[in-house]
Amino acid sequence: MRTDWSIYISFIGAGLVMLLPRNAKTLIRWTALLTGSIGLLIALTGYFAYNATFSDLIKSQGDGFVTLVNRPWISALGIHYHLAVDGINYPLVVLNGFVCVTGILFSWNIEERVKEFFAFFLTLIAAVYGVFMAMDLFLLFVFYELAIIPKYFIIAIWGSTRKEYGAMKLVLYSFIGSALVLIGVLALFFAAGGHSFGILELAKHPLSPDLQRWMFPLLFVGFAVLAGMWPLHTWAPMGHVAAPTAASMLLAGVVMKLGSYACLRAAMLLMPQGLEYWKWWIAWIAVIGIVYGAAVAFAQKDFKFIIGYSSVSHMGFVLLGLATLNVKGISGAVLQMFSHGVIASLLFAVVGRMVYDRTHTRQLDELGGLRPVIPFAFWTFLIAGAASMGLPGFSGFVAEIQVLIGAFSMSPWLAAGAGLSIPITVAYILNALHKVFFAEEEHAGHGSAAHADELHGRDARATGAGESRWNLPPITCPEMVAGAILMSLLVIIGIYPSIMLNMITANVELFLRGLR
Amino acid sequence: MMAVPYYEVFKALGAEAMLVVTAFVALTLDLVWLRRAGMKTRSRTVGSVALVGLLASAIPLWRQFGQHSLVLLGGTLVVNGLTTLFNLVIITLTLVTVVISMDFDVGRHVGEYYATLLFGAIGMMLLVSTEELITIFVALELTSICLYILTAFHKGELRSQEAAVKYFMFGAISSAFLLFGLGYVYGLTGATNLREVAKIIQTSGASPLMAVALLFVIIGFGFKVAIVPFHLWAPDAYEGAPTPVTAFIATGSKVASFFVFAKVMLLGFGGMQGAAYHYGVSATWQGSVVDLLGQLGTSFRNGFYFSSGWTMLLAVTGAASMVLGNCVAIVQRNVKRLLAYSSIAHAGYILVGLIAATQMGTTSVLFYLIVYGLTNLGAFGVVAAVAARAGGDDVENFNGMARRAPFLSLLMLVFILSLAGIPPLGGFFGKFYLFAAAVERDPQSFGLLWLVMIGVLMSAVSLYYYLILLKHVYVLPPKDDTVIATPTYVNLVLAATALAVILLGVFPEPLLALLKPLVARL
Repeated sequence: MRTDWSIYISFIGAGLVMLLPRNAKTLIRWTALLTGSIGLLIALTGYFAYNATFSDLIKSQGDGFVTLVNRPWISALGIHYHLAVDGINYPLVVLNGFVCVTGILFSWNIEERVKEFFAFFLTLIAAVYGVFMAMDLFLLFVFYELAIIPKYFIIAIWGSTRKEYGAMKLVLYSFIGSALVLIGVLALFFAAGGHSFGILELAKHPLSPDLQRWMFPLLFVGFAVLAGMWPLHTWAPMGHVAAPTAASMLLAGVVMKLGSYACLRAAMLLMPQGLEYWKWWIAWIAVIGIVYGAAVAFAQKDFKFIIGYSSVSHMGFVLLGLATLNVKGISGAVLQMFSHGVIASLLFAVVGRMVYDRTHTRQLDELGGLRPVIPFAFWTFLIAGAASMGLPGFSGFVAEIQVLIGAFSMSPWLAAGAGLSIPITVAYILNALHKVFFAEEEHAGHGSAAHADELHGRDARATGAGESRWNLPPITCPEMVAGAILMSLLVIIGIYPSIMLNMITANVELFLRGLR
Repeated sequence: MMAVPYYEVFKALGAEAMLVVTAFVALTLDLVWLRRAGMKTRSRTVGSVALVGLLASAIPLWRQFGQHSLVLLGGTLVVNGLTTLFNLVIITLTLVTVVISMDFDVGRHVGEYYATLLFGAIGMMLLVSTEELITIFVALELTSICLYILTAFHKGELRSQEAAVKYFMFGAISSAFLLFGLGYVYGLTGATNLREVAKIIQTSGASPLMAVALLFVIIGFGFKVAIVPFHLWAPDAYEGAPTPVTAFIATGSKVASFFVFAKVMLLGFGGMQGAAYHYGVSATWQGSVVDLLGQLGTSFRNGFYFSSGWTMLLAVTGAASMVLGNCVAIVQRNVKRLLAYSSIAHAGYILVGLIAATQMGTTSVLFYLIVYGLTNLGAFGVVAAVAARAGGDDVENFNGMARRAPFLSLLMLVFILSLAGIPPLGGFFGKFYLFAAAVERDPQSFGLLWLVMIGVLMSAVSLYYYLILLKHVYVLPPKDDTVIATPTYVNLVLAATALAVILLGVFPEPLLALLKPLVARL
């Protein structure tokens, strides 16, 4: 089945869920899971088929695109309904499928307004699939904006901690970003002659360098807001923390990649000279974001904020890789999008679903000693954390080392600056690991946990000496399945990166050739 | 004295004539037979009569479609594809308004209510199909007077009376301005037909007095379509009027007024366009980023190029409408008031397309008018259906509506998101096309990009208050859990409106393909 059916099947899933009776919660969950899985399967089969044939394809047609559908949509403006896949967006399409399925599994315990939750969730998934496959600037923009609204409702209805504020902040940031993009898109379209919104057609009409110079920031910054570019990142930690688990996974795992992907596909491809002009700015801003995000993560007291800021830091690597404008850097950036998507989903699943939903607190000082209570959460966090630190053997290493090599060839100082974040990352991950999963004695000794419980007006949990003070339900089956899926992805890409990296690199080479 | 082709005139006025008959039938029916019947029966019976009349009047219009255009009595009555289309649009909008009204308590004078509504619709239809100054004025007055009366229909409520008086006072003053302006136009050109006026302006040039006339005409229409700074009546009138009437003022009246406004500007004052360009940094910027900041400053001071004409006036009022409408809407607690300010902002967006003054610009304005009419009508329709049962039209009354009336809430979601310009709804493509038209006007140096920037950034502001409204509907818990049941016919008609809004967004092509040749022939 053509990969664009992943979009339609998700929309159909959202529609089906809407039609089911409100109280048939189990049926709704299974419907969502089923449509999500079908979407993932369609994407995966397409992915492997492409992986087997892409080198022949490139040889025979000169680019790596597989057009899925291309038909005129609004002829007055030369808008086409054009969806295509290549080695750059296929990994992200697959990522979206994985995050969708695991997100549904991690949302199995949602009891309130289940129907609406999965309807919004699947709409968001469909829109994200759409952005990744769209090859028409207008279509890309349509899906990009369509993805904004479900986020608001998911966070504002099912979220926690200042949810309405976080949701509104996130939505307004994305929407202002897309407002900049809209201005850029319109200017770009008419400057290129006003014939077509097709990205590949527009790329054939290079704009004058002067125009590129001022239009590039409109598009790039507009999209990069969603990628969490410092200093426009503040929506990200706030929104991630406020969101329910599945939405945090989706936000950090996939939605932030919408921004960086669109930067690559639209801003960079269409305005290479603009990029040439601005690349040092982008690179250094990315480095600031990398180090700043890591440092702020280290200072957090809230478990979820740590992960939120670590996303800002890791997304900085993506932007840095893009700015390097060489094969290593950009391939690394694309792989980092995939890798961070999986890592962030996993980390948010541990924090939000496995820990917070059981303990009802995320304060590092109140947690502690969870390792014997929920060992699965511990192991998941350990593996995801190791991948996040960039330990060899996991996908994070393969991606970040590529970005660093790319950055090094641009300027050693950039690589040095970005490399500074690695020890900080190790520090905050280990700090969180220690405080959440070990560190029982300290709390028992000072009685601080009980005190904090009182402060928060909750019943002090069982704090018998010697026994664990936690009396938590065990990790459920859906959580284990979802966790296992994501962890195995990390390991597979870490050990056998060529399954993804080859296709990325081949397409990035073509991409760079197109720029010159 | 030319001979009046009575037969042709009557044929062209078939739809209007049918509505006049319907209005009198409705009036008589209510007066003679239904005096003793219950309120609900009366409202539904008379409403149904009005519906039948409206549907019947669509038939002659439908048959007019595709026939060659007619200009009767020196432009007093013009029949072409565009006027027929917009007559149909107005009939559709009136139809939905009537359906909403049937479910709404309009007071004791049911027959009068529907008759006035129909008379107002006739005024709008005439307004659309004329190119002659005196008829424009008469039709505009017919519409306005009907709307003043309708606004006051909640006889017991002070708010309604205040709204009506305010609306009437402002309306009367604006009519005076308009009449004054039109008088000058006639005095200077000796013509009342728009095309002749345009010809004379073209050949003999615009005198300073003509500029005064233009200004007065713009002020007059500015009041009718509620653009800043002539918007002051709108929030009060919208809030005070019975909700179906508000819907009618915000949609039917606005669509017709904008249509004729655009016609007067583009056809009549086509030679006095002027310019409102801003030549930004695009052409000149060569240096570093620091230079850019400096240049932004100078270009803000020196980059504007205004030359007198209506483009300049409308650019300034349009920008002001977008900014003020959206910013003031943020603090509103009453849904109708909020929608009033939002519709001021939307008038600003429409002006952006009008200023472009190209075929694409005109097409975009007409497209947006249709989408805007349907969307706003739907939004007010939901408010009318829900508010009466939920205890009022403050935002708090909409808390948790998603649980009390899930279907209408879903429709509300569609309408509000369309107003906010979220794809794939009609409002998104409409707005996109308006802005695209403005950029297209001057693709070399992007002279109108500054207006587009204001519009786009203000849409981002508007999303804030639209989401606040939707937050009350979807996120906040309801005050009580009772289900709000609305009649099926209301649900159906509103659902059809929502479907139209969605379809116009997903498949704008057919309507565009219909509009484009009609505009080209203008």
